[in-house]
Amino acid sequence: MSDDELERLAAEMQNIKPSISAKQRAMNAAMTAFDAEFALEQANDTKEISTPAQGSVAAPRPTGQNTRTERVKIPRSGIMSKFKNSFSFNPKATMMLGSCAAALMFALVIMPGANYLPVVDKTDSKFMEVSEALSSDGSNEVGNDEIIVTGSRVGRSDLDSAAPQTVVSETESGTIAAIKDGVMKSDSDAQKLANAQREADFRKKRDQQVFNTGITVTPPPAPKIERSAPLQETGFDLGYSEPTSRDRFENYESNTVTSVKATPVSTFSIDVDTASYSYFRSSINRGQLPAPSSIRLEEMINYFPYDYAAPTSADEPFKANVTVTPTPWNADTKLMHIGIKGYVPSFDERPHSNIVLLIDTSGSMNQANKLPLLINSFKLLLGTLDEDDTVSIVTYAGSAGTVLEPTPASNKLKIKAALNQLRSGGSTAGAAGLELAYMKAQESFDEDGINRVILATDGDFNVGFSSPAEMKTFISKKRKTGIFLSVLGFGNGNYNDHLMQSLAQNGNGVAAYIDSLAEANKVLADEAGSALITIAKDVKIQVEFNPATISEYRLIGYETRALKREDFNNDKIDAGEINSGHSVTAIYELTPYGSAAQMVDDLRYADDAIEYASNDSEEFAFVKIRHKLPNSDTSTLQTFPVGPDQEQRLKRASDDMRFATAVAAVGQKLRGDTQLDDYNFQDAIKLASGARGDDENGYRAEFIQLVRLVDGLGE
Amino acid sequence: MNKKDTDESPDEVLATRAASGDGAAFGALLERHYDRVFRIAYSVLNNQAEAEDVTQEIWAALPAKIRHWRGEAKLTSWLHRIALNAAKDSLRRSATRARAVKGYVEIETLSRGEIADTQTRLSWLQSALETLSDDLRATAALTLGEEMNFAQAGEVLGIAEGTVAWRMSEIRKRLKTLALKDNGQGKEALV
Repeated sequence: MSDDELERLAAEMQNIKPSISAKQRAMNAAMTAFDAEFALEQANDTKEISTPAQGSVAAPRPTGQNTRTERVKIPRSGIMSKFKNSFSFNPKATMMLGSCAAALMFALVIMPGANYLPVVDKTDSKFMEVSEALSSDGSNEVGNDEIIVTGSRVGRSDLDSAAPQTVVSETESGTIAAIKDGVMKSDSDAQKLANAQREADFRKKRDQQVFNTGITVTPPPAPKIERSAPLQETGFDLGYSEPTSRDRFENYESNTVTSVKATPVSTFSIDVDTASYSYFRSSINRGQLPAPSSIRLEEMINYFPYDYAAPTSADEPFKANVTVTPTPWNADTKLMHIGIKGYVPSFDERPHSNIVLLIDTSGSMNQANKLPLLINSFKLLLGTLDEDDTVSIVTYAGSAGTVLEPTPASNKLKIKAALNQLRSGGSTAGAAGLELAYMKAQESFDEDGINRVILATDGDFNVGFSSPAEMKTFISKKRKTGIFLSVLGFGNGNYNDHLMQSLAQNGNGVAAYIDSLAEANKVLADEAGSALITIAKDVKIQVEFNPATISEYRLIGYETRALKREDFNNDKIDAGEINSGHSVTAIYELTPYGSAAQMVDDLRYADDAIEYASNDSEEFAFVKIRHKLPNSDTSTLQTFPVGPDQEQRLKRASDDMRFATAVAAVGQKLRGDTQLDDYNFQDAIKLASGARGDDENGYRAEFIQLVRLVDGLGE
Repeated sequence: MNKKDTDESPDEVLATRAASGDGAAFGALLERHYDRVFRIAYSVLNNQAEAEDVTQEIWAALPAKIRHWRGEAKLTSWLHRIALNAAKDSLRRSATRARAVKGYVEIETLSRGEIADTQTRLSWLQSALETLSDDLRATAALTLGEEMNFAQAGEVLGIAEGTVAWRMSEIRKRLKTLALKDNGQGKEALV
């Protein structure tokens, strides 16, 4: 008897292949389960470093401590590289369980598994039980955060393309050692190198961190996915994401040192968003360092209320306070601190508000830190509204719908009832919801009042628009009709930070990330409804440095807000808005002329050719601020010369200024900026602790606590 | 431990590491053996989607099991046993749900119409598996799919070597029957 059939069966059986997506899913689930299984021990390890982990007696740990350190060094292995093309599955669909499963990553081991999005099929009841049990036993409910970086840095390279070409001749531990014409920031290669170095340092630091302490804290995500300029590193396949969360952040490079001679003018738009800080906080509270790309320094700094001198009338919407002090992390440089405080209108002066709440009720919102938190947040907001303000509620999920027609805020019961009825379910139909929300805002449009759509969502928001660009165009168009957009982000695991931020930017609104009711209170109620009352729009700052006194400068943060020099006077160019009571802080690190800290060499040939006359002025810089009143299309210019008069010793500087500096230091360290290599978190804690001021709401104390945790996580 | 080490370490070493909480080792095992477990699940269940589900369940449950890994057996044998049991459990569950045509399907009992219908739906492999009982499929999964010898397969299945041999002859017989049904044209006639 021939065995043809048998051989054929053998061949076919050996050829049985799982689908890539199923394999992907299963591997994620398995690695997540593995973390869950061993999470307890990892957590114990963090407490008792020298004690062997607490395993069950039945589970010997023959390889002991070495195993853990060894394990850490394993790079994201090639496991997933084979499947890098399989990441096309719908994040929305996987999100809910993804972040649920992510709760198990509390004490995540650094391992190839960290590459996987923990995706669990709903039908996998066994797994769900485990994850639910774990998330209810006190481990953090919220998910973990590997970061997917999408989108490329918009504008930066365009902005810089006009600058002279530069050549990098060598690199040295993350800093660019030699730049021919001194315009470091204009060199995208240099930035890539610095960036690559930062990633490497970050990884090294992370590995050391585990090595030193035995703590197996989550790999704070090396954000290296879909970079506009992919890193090439041996042994790492950077083409795939390593998500254990689908939270997305725009990747951008930190501002580098700029030569005053080459580029004497620095221009940027103000930014009052605070989402980055909230995200940082929730990361740390989960025991994870946030991804460098998730840190936007200006948002960290501007999170805190600062008691800068405020203007006294609505005609002068804000005041700038400029201070120059020595730099805590560099004895050879100075910090120039620009603090802007917005006018706070009295209650009577508050304009009528026409608010449309656009609420994401898709299935993914069905988590304690999403829809329920959102509903309670809006109830807080309701408390701050005047009786004659108007509230409408529109939801989107599957199909968009109006839950509440424009209703006077005096009818609180009706509005609360509408909020209470919200249930989550279905997928996200963001575009339709947005259209409908703007329609409602138009219905009760108040020409003299505030007309604003407040979008509350947890993530992806692209159904119906073919591209984010199209959505932005839509929102800017509506902005021009007088309806603004603010965005509140909830939950994590799928949070699309980049999109949220750019939507708010285009809608003249605020992007805030709400991770707790306390945060909702801060954003919506506490700050005098500052999310709502715009006192100035298109606020731009331009600083011209005096080459006679300052040789180099570096703007700390605001990378995503950079403007072209000529945009400053162009009233058509959109920029950030300032809301009632908001303060905005920008910090420059300045290298005085002739200082040892000078990074960029003078030119050998070109220098004489350009007459940078040593003028007689002792001024450091000339700060110009442009703004428009909310209903105006023409801007007003305010100028502030900065010179030795504004110079102070750090100790004498205000609490606000010192605290902002401490936050800037921490943020830069988290981003891996090399300028702060010699400055440690303890220094920043000390600086911040001495600058707490009144700290009525405990924000600063909380920050100091967080930095202690950061310090404990590594370094 | 670098990636290369992980990739080259024997299963048993990796399993011991995984048992002590080494995620990288577990990940390496996962990568190395996922397909194997899937093949076995598929062979028993004869259904892609269900095999995928079961494979996922198996791997998600493995971390708890691997704690008790003692290194007393070959890892693959251990995995095979787990995979077979899980797949059979799943088969039982779906049988009680009467959701799909499962288990031993005597191809002879099908009417012509049903055969035609089945034949258009199923690939030759699926048809072949359908002609085999649970036990035979499990056996085939190990002997044919994983190329084990009868002794190894018997160890995993918990049956005597002789029983494996007998089952193999049964498998041959049934495949022969199948071949006759499709007039010796094999897959082409069925697809």
